[in-house]
Amino acid sequence: MSDHSTSRRKLLQGLGLAATALLADPVQALSEAEGPLDDALQTLLQNHYQRMSKEEVLQALARIERRALREHGVTLQCRDTPPIPGVTFAFALNLSKCKGGRQCVAACVGENNGNRDGTTENIRVLAMPHGERDLAKGDHYYHPQTTPQPGTWYLPIQCQQCEDPPCVQACPVEATWREADGIVVIDYDWCIGCRYCAVACPYWARRFNWKKPELPSEKITTETHYLGNRPRSAGVMEKCTFCIQRTRKALFPACQEACPTGARIFGNLLDPEGEIRYILENKTIFRLKEELSTQPKFWYFTDV
Amino acid sequence: MFNSRLSYWIWIAGLLLAIAFGVEAYAQQWQRGLAVTGMTDQVLWGLYIGNFVFLVGLAASAVVLVIPAYWLQWDEVRQTTLLGECMAIVAVSMSLLFVFVDLGQPVRIWHALPFLGRLNFPVSILAWDMVILTLYLLLNVGLVVYLLWGRYTGQPRLVRRYFFWIVVATLLGIGIHTVTAFMLSGLPARPFWHSALMAPRFIASAFASGAAVLFLMFWVLEKTMGLQRSGQVISLLTGIMTLALLIHLFLLGAEWFVLLYRPTDHGESGRILYWGHSALKLAVWSAIAAEVMVAIVLIIRPLRHHFGVVWVASLLIVGAVLIEKGMGLIVPGFQPTPLGEYVNYLPTTVEIRVTVGIWAFGLLFFTLLARLVVKRREPSQ
Repeated sequence: MSDHSTSRRKLLQGLGLAATALLADPVQALSEAEGPLDDALQTLLQNHYQRMSKEEVLQALARIERRALREHGVTLQCRDTPPIPGVTFAFALNLSKCKGGRQCVAACVGENNGNRDGTTENIRVLAMPHGERDLAKGDHYYHPQTTPQPGTWYLPIQCQQCEDPPCVQACPVEATWREADGIVVIDYDWCIGCRYCAVACPYWARRFNWKKPELPSEKITTETHYLGNRPRSAGVMEKCTFCIQRTRKALFPACQEACPTGARIFGNLLDPEGEIRYILENKTIFRLKEELSTQPKFWYFTDV
Repeated sequence: MFNSRLSYWIWIAGLLLAIAFGVEAYAQQWQRGLAVTGMTDQVLWGLYIGNFVFLVGLAASAVVLVIPAYWLQWDEVRQTTLLGECMAIVAVSMSLLFVFVDLGQPVRIWHALPFLGRLNFPVSILAWDMVILTLYLLLNVGLVVYLLWGRYTGQPRLVRRYFFWIVVATLLGIGIHTVTAFMLSGLPARPFWHSALMAPRFIASAFASGAAVLFLMFWVLEKTMGLQRSGQVISLLTGIMTLALLIHLFLLGAEWFVLLYRPTDHGESGRILYWGHSALKLAVWSAIAAEVMVAIVLIIRPLRHHFGVVWVASLLIVGAVLIEKGMGLIVPGFQPTPLGEYVNYLPTTVEIRVTVGIWAFGLLFFTLLARLVVKRREPSQ
């Protein structure tokens, strides 16, 4: 009995000390309050993102920040910015304007702390011969410096953020789901790495971390989101999240900003005055593999 | 028992050695990630899941003994059902191990536990597969323990006392392989698998290969542990092998017609596999050639009743189905990718060693179970 109360008192004292330290020097305290082993264990036992309490989420975010500090020496901010009410994000891509320069691809890897070994690009641009729309005819590995090539049109493909996503249906542990603003996200700390979601995706939009991603410390994007661009570990799936860390703060996604030709239109599908709705009402559009009833929120259109 | 204790211990030591090599390879994979395998974002599953599918079929095929034994009441067959159930236990354990080694985050396997984790049941077919495989495993373990306990305590188990559970086990047996087929055929993203024939083809090839495995298994147990040969069991297995193989080839032909008559994306994977630049081309053609040859041999009555012929035929069927339903079915689903890209796949040494390790574990597990189950032949007889 007395042993219990002693140990409890000690624990409370410890907590008090930690709190004082946190107030005195937050960065110092963050890096030292919890050891790497404690953090690893906490992450291992962590609950599903949607089941965590507000405090548990904050602790998880702090662990992510501490890990970045430990592994990369980088102070990053990891947030869990919620969806904006009344917003459903959608993309429209102008095929007349896309010249295949793939600046979207590079911007995406940079913004999203992607693997720098070149295998984990969330956008794939296909160089298609004129007169064809059979994806099998596309060239995935054309040389970017020489674009646009005569006789070729370019088809960028990334996660289509389906309203009825086969990947979400496939996941055996509900580690991936569609958020209220329509973005399909992954809890990287819950994914078991079975890859069934990627097998189920008709757009080849998901990438697996076959090993720990190569991520040079000086290139880390420090504004991160729990469901978005925070550094990933080996053995988990990842995908395009419409740059959730940016778009939920009313910034454009990196690919949209990087596009030099203005081919990429991003916005709120629910806004009747918005650009997306203008395109849907005034342009000839199509969606990829619509016949699979996935209902993508990613439209392709042309100027003529 | 084994001809000598020495050969038995050599067998056990060899298996333990193979397991150790497998564990060492898995330790590498654990440390360096699945990058040590031949799999890529293009070919997401390979040797592991190929073996998984084959073994689920093997586990399901225990019903080829159970149905005649309990529903048709063939007494000689009933003597062997305990061994059939042991084979099912081993095959399910191995299939679960193959799923486990395929995971990128194996320590998070608890996420699939009900309540504690968050199993996506009944939406995800992979969740269905985990549930039904576990149930099948538990039920078979329960039945084997129940029957063995009865034998050791000298209390005969009355069939009507456990017949209900036999019915459940039979349905689950068909169920595990059907669900595994649905896991693949439920994906419009993969036209090669998106076919209603997938489940019937799985059952047919499982019965053919399962009967062949049981035939070889009884032969081995006869040679090593003195299991008594039963003519009824042998003719049952030979008959099932022959019929199931013929049905399997008919279904394959029906699939080929759709693949080839009009070129669609459903057929593209098949064209790459059979006529394209797939690394598996030689293997699948050998498998199909073996199946056709064996089918022709087995429909000739005198040959079908020749033990040596059936022995060779069984070996060929097991090999052919392992190729055709293993990597020959899984890998082409990824070639081409949904974006029309073609990437080849070959397993790495690590994958092969882990696979051999799991098979060695299965053989060891079965050896130990068989020693429990097989009654020694009375010296006087």
